[in-house]
Amino acid sequence: MGWARKILRVNLTAGTVKSEPLNMDWAQKYLGSRGLGTKYLVEEIDPKVDPLSPDNKLIFATGPLTGTMASTGGRYTVITKGALTGAIACSNSGGFFGAELKFAGWDMIIFEGRAPSPVFLFVEDGNARLLPADHLWGKSVWDTEHEIKAQLQDPLVRVSTIGVAGEKGVKYACIVNDLHRAAGRSGVGTVMGSKNLKAVAVRGTEGVKIRDFPGFLKASETAKGVLAGNAVTGQGLPTYGTQVLMNVINETGAMPTRNHRDIQFEGAHKISAEAMAEKRPTDGKSNLVANQACFGCTIACGRVSMIDKTHYTVVNRPQYWGASGGLEYEAAWALGSNTGVDDLEALTFANFICNEQGMDPISFGATVSAAMELYETGALTKEQTGGIELRFGSAEALTQLAELTGKGEGFGAEIGLGSKRLCEKYGHPEFHMGVKGQEFPAYDSRGIQGMGLTYATSNRGACHLRSYTVASEVLGIPEKTDPLATDGKAGLVKAFQDATAAFDSAGICIFTSFAWTLQDVAPQVDAAIEGGWSVDRMVETGERIWNLERQFNLAAGFTAADDTLPKRLLTEEANSGPAKGRVNDLGKMLPEYYDIRGWTPDGVPTNETLARLAL
Amino acid sequence: MHYVVLGAGPSGVVAAETLRKADPTGTITLVSGENEPPYSRMAIPYVLTGKIGEAGTHLRKGEDHYAARGIDVRVNARATALMPDHKRIDFADGSHMKYDRLLVATGARPVRPPIPGLNLKGVHHCWTLEDTRNIIALAEPGTHVVLMGAGFIGCIVLEALAARGVQLTVVEMGDRMVPRMMNPIAGTMIRRWCEAKGIRVLTNTKIKALQNVAAEKSRGIFGFLKRREPTEARDTLDVELDSGEMLSAHLVVVSAGVAPNVDFLANSGVKVDRGIMVDRYMRTSVNDVFAAGDVAQGYDFSTKAHDVHAIQPTASEHGRIAAMNMAGHNIQYNGSLQMNVLDTVGLISSSFGLWAGVDGGDSVEIVDDANYKYLNLQFADDVLVGGTAIGVTQHVGVMRGLIQTGTKLGPWKERLKADPHRLMEAYIARTHLT
Amino acid sequence: MQRSLNIDPGKCTGCRQCEMACSYENEGVFNPSKSRIKVFTFDAEARFVPYTCTQCAEAWCMQACPVDAIKVNLATGAKEVHADLCVGCKVCTIACPFGTINYNASSGKVMKCDLCEGDPACAKACPTQAITFVDSNWTGLDKMRAWAAKTDTGARAN
Repeated sequence: MGWARKILRVNLTAGTVKSEPLNMDWAQKYLGSRGLGTKYLVEEIDPKVDPLSPDNKLIFATGPLTGTMASTGGRYTVITKGALTGAIACSNSGGFFGAELKFAGWDMIIFEGRAPSPVFLFVEDGNARLLPADHLWGKSVWDTEHEIKAQLQDPLVRVSTIGVAGEKGVKYACIVNDLHRAAGRSGVGTVMGSKNLKAVAVRGTEGVKIRDFPGFLKASETAKGVLAGNAVTGQGLPTYGTQVLMNVINETGAMPTRNHRDIQFEGAHKISAEAMAEKRPTDGKSNLVANQACFGCTIACGRVSMIDKTHYTVVNRPQYWGASGGLEYEAAWALGSNTGVDDLEALTFANFICNEQGMDPISFGATVSAAMELYETGALTKEQTGGIELRFGSAEALTQLAELTGKGEGFGAEIGLGSKRLCEKYGHPEFHMGVKGQEFPAYDSRGIQGMGLTYATSNRGACHLRSYTVASEVLGIPEKTDPLATDGKAGLVKAFQDATAAFDSAGICIFTSFAWTLQDVAPQVDAAIEGGWSVDRMVETGERIWNLERQFNLAAGFTAADDTLPKRLLTEEANSGPAKGRVNDLGKMLPEYYDIRGWTPDGVPTNETLARLAL
Repeated sequence: MHYVVLGAGPSGVVAAETLRKADPTGTITLVSGENEPPYSRMAIPYVLTGKIGEAGTHLRKGEDHYAARGIDVRVNARATALMPDHKRIDFADGSHMKYDRLLVATGARPVRPPIPGLNLKGVHHCWTLEDTRNIIALAEPGTHVVLMGAGFIGCIVLEALAARGVQLTVVEMGDRMVPRMMNPIAGTMIRRWCEAKGIRVLTNTKIKALQNVAAEKSRGIFGFLKRREPTEARDTLDVELDSGEMLSAHLVVVSAGVAPNVDFLANSGVKVDRGIMVDRYMRTSVNDVFAAGDVAQGYDFSTKAHDVHAIQPTASEHGRIAAMNMAGHNIQYNGSLQMNVLDTVGLISSSFGLWAGVDGGDSVEIVDDANYKYLNLQFADDVLVGGTAIGVTQHVGVMRGLIQTGTKLGPWKERLKADPHRLMEAYIARTHLT
Repeated sequence: MQRSLNIDPGKCTGCRQCEMACSYENEGVFNPSKSRIKVFTFDAEARFVPYTCTQCAEAWCMQACPVDAIKVNLATGAKEVHADLCVGCKVCTIACPFGTINYNASSGKVMKCDLCEGDPACAKACPTQAITFVDSNWTGLDKMRAWAAKTDTGARAN
């Protein structure tokens, strides 16, 4: 009930698949998806393992609300030790794959080892088998999905796959399902590629049962009403998508621009949600053609775009003329503001390529921007870039590198290293804008102070999806705090981190949290599964998960010294906007954060904390 | 106006009901040759499996269904002669009936091939409710049953017999199962499936003769040697095959084809070919005599020729259109489509239209032997004209939709050639997304 | 007043709440594969099309049923499968040119939209009003009906 109570263990080395009962004690403690998958990973791998060795494991996990009528109840999480970071990696994706896996009767799939040659897994309800994927190796995400559907003779099969980027070891390769929904960050696709696992195809017809259907329907209907009535989830996101933020964040003065050298982008209005909806002078059509929902989502923030057929990127290339996943805010920022490129069609094309070849547009865009800084400062030469003029603002450089990186070719192989390795290699580690090896997302922590602490303490490296204090500091959700203040941010970050872990582990989308609190989520979870899930229990579970992830990272070799930000953000003052003259005051927030967390001043959970959380 | 409908199968019943709607005041008599309420032969296999009782086969369930519509049902009346000049039908019991307009919907009857011993006890057709009762009495779990014929009807019977848990051997003269519905690849796939389910399937094999098991001893050891399995105590019949093999059986079910019930039309002037020839208004060659259903050789949508399509959808369409025309409306039939759906021990197959293709046409085929899946689409230009599917159950009806509307597939033809399983997408795209 | 499902694909976001609601209403489980309404996605065109039975006047399925297991609900106009009578022969599934009546192997019977006795769960669950239940005279089903007529084997009155 709620849980399928069954996990699928796939040993790629031996080529075996077997069904195991879900550990229900763990399920009661870690809920599902992110939390439960992490528990399995932590129990089963050596934290010091090389992420790309066969001894690392890769877990696809659904939550108790995945495959239910809860709004956005279609998520799954990929958990592994990250190829980009070496930290716990936990990347969440929407689309339809997660729900399908649950409908097939599985809470999670654990992949172990490494296949001797490329394979893909086909799960058809209770049956699972590994099939050769030699014919798919070297194929893009899009071609792989089409070929698998044709091969399995079922257009309704859902496919989660890596593109060429994951095969070629691009450090931030992602796993893409349903053509353009991705478990995006930390290089989970790189790990998948290292296992010679090309794809997972699922067809589920068994359905999902829950503990209390009438109670659940009542709770989920009420909660859907909350989403519909909220300005962000009811109007902003469906109409504009996450791109609603482009102008807002730019005006806040927290828009990282040209590798965080600037904090506002003069071209933001050209790549914003509003720009996507405007008719192009060239063909009279808008970039945006529709909004699309993931499974069960009553928000429908997803962007679907079509590129201008006359744009230089797609002339005579009809494979890019159809509609596909359009720019979300993070991608528009990473590919656009952060590289100084304001050509909307070029950004859309680069985004298509990220989807097609399976790479994280945030890390890709941020790495290109770091490379641009290296180039402009002379640390990289045109000979080294293979003739590419890697200047800020060059759309051509961006789109060319997208194609090269996606296929691991030419200078793209260098971009595929991620910005930390790239900047170190070319002698300027200070140009890497990230934490624990993972590039920042689209909020400059000088303009939104809480995000500095968010990034520094995020267990998977720099990330906005671990505690989106932007909601409070900019949007006023659940209550407005001053983005430039540091007071109270430690508590705010902890509260967001714990709640987010609970949302993620339930199997729903974190975007619901623009409108929902755990008051809205807990009744749905409680009706779905046994155990009596109150708000307090959800919060405690979130905190337990956070500490479990932290323990893994500590065991993997991370220390408090890694809970920091690049020098640029700590020492170089913002040069414009409301935050002009500010740096991020991480030092004022971090000790308090450790204290509130019940961690030692070195960032280690105390025995009392561990005991309190039953860890 | 007195309408007489001969035959109380689906075609006759639909016709009688349609007549009532079209002519509220006319007199309607529905005549059955059997001593049963109007029932559906198609449902008989489900009586055999125990899924329904005999009442479950009745075409209409309400007790007063016919009376409430002013339809007079006469049972156990087998027509023996039609005299169009006198607008009269004679019956086997010596009675007769006058009509103003007549619909012949007498269907078909099973053929009994000229094989010695088919008259023995333990040999039955599977055609009427009476046959069903006889088969149920003999087809006990574990008994040896021989099924003669693996055509469409044979395969339906096969499913039912298998469900009763008998040890089944199917003997088919042709080179494959369901030869008139499935091409060799599909027919072979169905055969493999049946064999995997424990049914013995012999193709290219004829039954030479049947005799009582008691006669065996006189054949001595030679007869014994040709047996694969020893005779069981319950076996009463020996079935001799042209391969030289001898089978023992407790029950032999004969499904060797059907013939139209047209004997009573001799000398009536009603033109008969493979069935009663009807025009596109379901009129026969004789004034005021119409024909419909399995007995009628009607207009074929695909071939533009006339053929017998002995399937339920055609029977009810025939009945409806014939009745409309009998009642004075002028409705032209666009023609029936050959189509069938079959469930052989859990493997579901279907075929539509010109599934063998057309000259100069185009096609796509996917054979997945390991998973018992098959899909074959036949095109003329960019229009679907036929299809065959095994292991596909969802949305198969759109094959009919696409064929019968002649929908141009445009770019979807190439997409279907790349992946024919996108049929439903193609259908929606070309009919509702334009 | 007879009401019909009105489907406006332009408003559909492809979320499948309708499929979930349908499967729960009819099967007591969240299971889109058992839904009587299906959303078809056309990725390259960014179109999402919910699709189900239109309760067409021709009632191909009903006409094709050999055992009178499909009947009209006089209150709603829906053609309903009576599971107690259905023998699972599947003839309706090949007769329906819309592909909207389908065999359910787990029940051994066919299933189709029955308008939930006049209160369709799919319409209630749709967050964008892509599926509404409205006065039959107001529906946008005319186009579909016109197409249905095209399939009619005997519609040509001379």
